[in-house]
Amino acid sequence: MEWMVWTLPTTLFFSFIGAMLAGMTVWEVVQPTVERKGFLPISTTRGDRLFIGLLSAAYLHLLVVGFTPLSIWWALAGSALWLLVLIRWG
Amino acid sequence: MNKVYDNKAWLLILPMLALVAFSAIIPLMTVVNYSVQDVFDANTRFFTGTEWFVQMLNDPTLQSALLRQFAFSLTVLCIQVPLGIGIALLMPKKGWQASAVLILVTLPLLIPWNVVGSIWQIFTRGDIGLMGWGLRELGYEYNITRSTVDAWGTIIIMDVWHWTPLIALLCYSGLRSIPEAYYQAARIDRASRWAVFRYIQLPKLTNVLVIGVLLRFMHSFMIYAEPFVLTGGGPGSSTTFLSQSLTTMAIGQQDLGPSAAFSLIYFLIILLVSWVFYTAIMNMQKDKEGGA
Amino acid sequence: MSQSKPTTPAEVRQRAAIEDKRKRRKSRAVPGRLRPKLLLGLYLLFVLLPIYWLMNMSFQSNTEILGGLTLWPDNFTLEHYAKIFTTETWYMGYVNSITYVVMNMVISILVALPAAYAFSRYHFIGDKHLFFWLLTNLMAPPAVFLLPYFQLYYTVGLFDTHIAVALAHCLFNIPLAIWILEGFMSSVPKEIDETAFIDGYSFPRFFVRIFIPMIRSGIGVTLFFLFMFSWVELLLASTLTSTNAQPIASVMTSTSTASGIDWGTLAAAGVLTILPGILVVYFVRNHIAKGFALGRT
Repeated sequence: MEWMVWTLPTTLFFSFIGAMLAGMTVWEVVQPTVERKGFLPISTTRGDRLFIGLLSAAYLHLLVVGFTPLSIWWALAGSALWLLVLIRWG
Repeated sequence: MNKVYDNKAWLLILPMLALVAFSAIIPLMTVVNYSVQDVFDANTRFFTGTEWFVQMLNDPTLQSALLRQFAFSLTVLCIQVPLGIGIALLMPKKGWQASAVLILVTLPLLIPWNVVGSIWQIFTRGDIGLMGWGLRELGYEYNITRSTVDAWGTIIIMDVWHWTPLIALLCYSGLRSIPEAYYQAARIDRASRWAVFRYIQLPKLTNVLVIGVLLRFMHSFMIYAEPFVLTGGGPGSSTTFLSQSLTTMAIGQQDLGPSAAFSLIYFLIILLVSWVFYTAIMNMQKDKEGGA
Repeated sequence: MSQSKPTTPAEVRQRAAIEDKRKRRKSRAVPGRLRPKLLLGLYLLFVLLPIYWLMNMSFQSNTEILGGLTLWPDNFTLEHYAKIFTTETWYMGYVNSITYVVMNMVISILVALPAAYAFSRYHFIGDKHLFFWLLTNLMAPPAVFLLPYFQLYYTVGLFDTHIAVALAHCLFNIPLAIWILEGFMSSVPKEIDETAFIDGYSFPRFFVRIFIPMIRSGIGVTLFFLFMFSWVELLLASTLTSTNAQPIASVMTSTSTASGIDWGTLAAAGVLTILPGILVVYFVRNHIAKGFALGRT
């Protein structure tokens, strides 16, 4: 594992992603998702919305980090909020 | 087909998952780790946070490589898709000719990518190549190491040569699935050639075409070996595409951190595009099932 | 079709009908039918010309190549082929390439068969997303994974072995195999599975004895695609090997020496890389069309 040069932030990042996938799986077993149409132009399941949320979060981070002087924490907060909105109403 | 809901199917997936995860997830994690550090060797490394990302996103050479990449991918798609459809329509459907043409058309796909580069390098050289020599005899000062236009033109022709067969074969197989009765009906209605194409053949082709465009877009987006052998990215950096910039940075200069950050940006672009295509394909299939 | 538009003046319709008839008469005539053949012929010429040129070079001596342009070899020679078949680095390049390609085909098809069956027959948690994730691996540029691959295989001690390249090519070949096989399997009616299970077949026995023979042609086509993509890939194969498992593609880069490029040998080696492809495509020629539709015709 040494060659993978882990750092604390990336470890946290991947643990969080792993936990999220595990959580979604448990949620799915307890209460299966229903495909529905929210404010997104396509009908989606919960998993689709999570994916869309994560992908757009990645782009948001790149935009904020690359082209604005804002701190990355703003991007993180914005993404978290966006993810919640997306899962609930997307 | 109505599938059964059964989570035991995961057991059938597991061996595949283990192998692909080994080849995909572990390296991806490592790339993420590299991208936030300045790595000298296993023991000497510094956490740099988002620095590499800032640097890569604002790097003018990479931005222009990205633009070039998009220009290239769109150009080859615009040429290859219509040409591929045309060739598929022309290909004979029966007999030994069908087999022979099929094998000949498939041929460029089976040549290793750097050999494709070599073939075109030999073919286009001014002194020993048929095309290079021929163009010069016709009075055109053809020189791919000097002229950007020539280099671009040659790479596009090479890519058309190399990959149009994929579109053609996809379309050909789509066309073969049209029942003969449709054509007979069209003949009775005295439909024009264009009407047959527009209302009978094209609808059948949309499905395979989306797959074809997806595959072509992705492959042209990661083009590396052919231009590397043919032009080496030159003249200047006019034909240096993304993969080559990345490989130069990662292998040539051993800049692990920046090239990892660049890899991730590259990967995110690919991810977004493939997701859009995948969703489009899935929705098309759903519409079809709903309509049938 | 024109009758459905009552706004079209009768005159126009009449003329269209005449035009139509004329066109059809023309299409029966010989020149009209030759035109598609001519266009196709032109395209095939475009495909074959560079390959012909490569072959032309490979049969000429280097002095003849550099001496001037000749449309066919004046002094037919096999010296470049002889050189390739007697130099160990050269012919071992082919052996290495074929070794890892075959390894990759075996591994990929073995794990892809059950997975494709699962995707074609069952719904399960995360199936759609898993399938998409597989496709993204098909799309991932090898350049992105280059560095970690090098590190990974170096660490586990597989660097410069055939199996390393075979495993690395699994990244895109397994998803491809699953994609193609899934299409073929979905066209096998489900009743066959159910009948077999009622008859008391266990799953492994059913799979090997009944199901696999039913999708033989699909497997053949899949193997063709696996061969193709593993054979043509260069970047990973040459990064993960140095001397023991060096593929032919990277041996070829060593033809450029200080005294210039050895064009003849380069051309001969190129011709030899095309041959396995022709052989493989010949075997599956009757199924390719179906394979390119990914089984969904």
